[in-house]
Amino acid sequence: MNAPETMKPFRHIGTRPVRPDGVDKVTGRALYSPDFKAPGMLWGAILRSPHPHARIVSIDTKKAEALAGVKAVATGRDMPTLESLVMHVGEGASDIVDVSHNCLAFDKVLYEGHAVAAVAATSPEIAREALGLIAVEYEELPFVLGLEEALAEGAPVLHDNVFTKGVEPKPDKPSNAAMRVEMGGGDIEGALASAAATVSGRYTLQPVHQGYIEPHACVASWNGDGQAQIWTSSQGHFAVRSLTASVLAMPQADIRVTPLEIGGGFGGKTTIYLEPVAMVLSKKSGRPVRLAMTREEVFRATGPAPGAVIDVRLGAAADGTLVAVDVQFLYHSGAFTANDAGAGVASAIGHYRIANTRVVGTEVLCNRPAAKAYRAPGAPQVNFAVESAMDELAARLGIDPLDFRLKNAAAEGDPQTSGLPWGRIGYIECLEAAKAHPHWSAPLGPNQGRGVAGGYWGNYGGPSTVNVSVAEDGTITVATGSPDIGGSRASMAIMAAEVLDVPYEQVRAVVADTASIGVSMVTGGSRTTFATGMATVQAAGEVKRLLRERAARMWGVATDQVEWRSGPAMSASCATPPFRMSAPRSTRTTSKARSRAAPRRASAGRSTRPISTARTAGSITRASSITGCRWPPTCR
Amino acid sequence: MTKIHVSTTVNGDAAEFLCEPASSLLDVLRDTLGLTGSKEGCGSGDCGACTVMLDGEMVCSCLVLAAEAEGRTVATIEGVAEGSVLHPVQQKFLEHAALQCGFCTPGFIVAAKALLDRNPNPTETEVRYWLAGNLCRCTGYDKIVRAVMAAAAELRQERTPA
Repeated sequence: MNAPETMKPFRHIGTRPVRPDGVDKVTGRALYSPDFKAPGMLWGAILRSPHPHARIVSIDTKKAEALAGVKAVATGRDMPTLESLVMHVGEGASDIVDVSHNCLAFDKVLYEGHAVAAVAATSPEIAREALGLIAVEYEELPFVLGLEEALAEGAPVLHDNVFTKGVEPKPDKPSNAAMRVEMGGGDIEGALASAAATVSGRYTLQPVHQGYIEPHACVASWNGDGQAQIWTSSQGHFAVRSLTASVLAMPQADIRVTPLEIGGGFGGKTTIYLEPVAMVLSKKSGRPVRLAMTREEVFRATGPAPGAVIDVRLGAAADGTLVAVDVQFLYHSGAFTANDAGAGVASAIGHYRIANTRVVGTEVLCNRPAAKAYRAPGAPQVNFAVESAMDELAARLGIDPLDFRLKNAAAEGDPQTSGLPWGRIGYIECLEAAKAHPHWSAPLGPNQGRGVAGGYWGNYGGPSTVNVSVAEDGTITVATGSPDIGGSRASMAIMAAEVLDVPYEQVRAVVADTASIGVSMVTGGSRTTFATGMATVQAAGEVKRLLRERAARMWGVATDQVEWRSGPAMSASCATPPFRMSAPRSTRTTSKARSRAAPRRASAGRSTRPISTARTAGSITRASSITGCRWPPTCR
Repeated sequence: MTKIHVSTTVNGDAAEFLCEPASSLLDVLRDTLGLTGSKEGCGSGDCGACTVMLDGEMVCSCLVLAAEAEGRTVATIEGVAEGSVLHPVQQKFLEHAALQCGFCTPGFIVAAKALLDRNPNPTETEVRYWLAGNLCRCTGYDKIVRAVMAAAAELRQERTPA
């Protein structure tokens, strides 16, 4: 809905070319996390807690260490002691102490499957055998799984240092209510009392795992000089770097994370589970170490999206105008604070215009794996509840459910739940388009139904770095710091080709490692095409600007006399030897910052003077003419 | 532990390996023979990402013991293309954008090729039932089914449906 009113015709945008990483992925050549092996690599395995809640009294690893082929054993005692630090790396924030204790339990296990110890050995069989030789003495503690049970008086408290965030004054004792978020305003009770119709209901949802088909895996290699490499798949290798460095109290630049292909994430791969443990095992053994989860481990120890208990009260006037809404929800946070409640509160009713509102969200700690981002983290659960109540209220009022939403839909300038005004969100236009569609009025057959629901999610920006390089022959590489979870290489190549006005195949896109490109936020929050795409467009524009400037200097004309056009700008003669630059021109921009040119290099070589207006029906571009090279690299 | 010596044929080439008695065919393909195209999504025969052909029968290689490959013929995703020339199923997966993350793709392609090898003119329903043992988490199945139908048409040398 934020598209320009008048769209210029595009050459590439809107086309559907084959993705550049496609052939590798249909032939089995693409290297995903579990596929990677390093020379001399050891095989790791993780011992997991059989108890949902227990104090670790002692861990005896001597027998495991003595097993032939075992090269290292690690426990939580091998992780550095950390000061609390909340880091915003993915879709949400995490305290690095929690991240560390989730990777390897420190003094307590908080869920069945919580990692307790790890082994690195010369074969996977030996590593698994060694796990059985580790003796852990547990003092079992009462555990709690349910949301309301976890908040009840006398419930076992998971952390004695968690006092409900968002409550003033600070509570005087720790509890499982990790945080409380409230937004809204007005007179809920008064408006509900005078409403023509009201509904109320309780909606409960179970935790659901993200269910990516690729289990977590990584290889880490930590050298004696402090420098390390990690090969892993994730939604953000810079997040892997910053979290791992923080958990291990080491400089970020000492870790180079190479992104491998990612077999699905859905939000669940915006954090780390294995990397610090593999690092510790590598340091202890002096060899690269691979850690990989089985499917069972994935389900026991990673994700999921929170389950929820959601209470909704809605009231409307006889004409269908919503007058009040009250939403109170509890979300599973699992073993550690997950930070989904804020997004849930903002998302619950933000897409409606209502005078009297209250939305209260509480995150609840319990003995389950720590909840993690999953497709609009925090939003779908509460949207499901609110939209279900909307349907009930529409039925009670005798109004078509689509018309009911249309009547109350928020538009540009209306306040969001937070009070900030909406931009052009297009909710009304979307509902009108649905209403006008033949599917909305087509007769239903047996066992068919039809429904409508709205939802809210923000399109996140965040930092992205893109490097556009022009090779000596005029072909172009777009390097990004954004893992390609489903086709972003193609998107970036399309956008760069559009700006540079060259064939799609002339642009190749890669995902660069953390040492080869600037910081980029995770691929998530619906941000990559938008934010990394913006950086791509800016960097490609910068290439154009630099090359026009260079051409102007070579030709001794003002820059505005040099045009960038599609079609060949032939050099004076095909017989002229191609002019070569000393190095490919490279430029880089960060979407948050203003475009910034790479340091200029002095032009080298002879300068032939291309005829800037020559055009034929070929595909040679101004870019190639300015570099003195041709695309395709044969003269026609 | 005594290892087992296995002589087999993988993608037309003779292959020999030593394996643990408990090793799966998938483990050996991936870790011993370096054929990592077949994926382990579940290890329990639910996801189909490890699908290979064993003596012409479609199997989940995570449920086959490596030792069972003795004297038999294994075909994996790495053998589907002929050199650099993609099989029509592979080509149509690309053209129809039938993959998103691509992790389930090798299993789908091996399974789809197995179907078309025995039935070059399947109905859409037959395609959907045949691929029911393969899970895709990203794309949805519609594009996959369309890609397989298009590949079938191409193999029959008919005009590809749009």
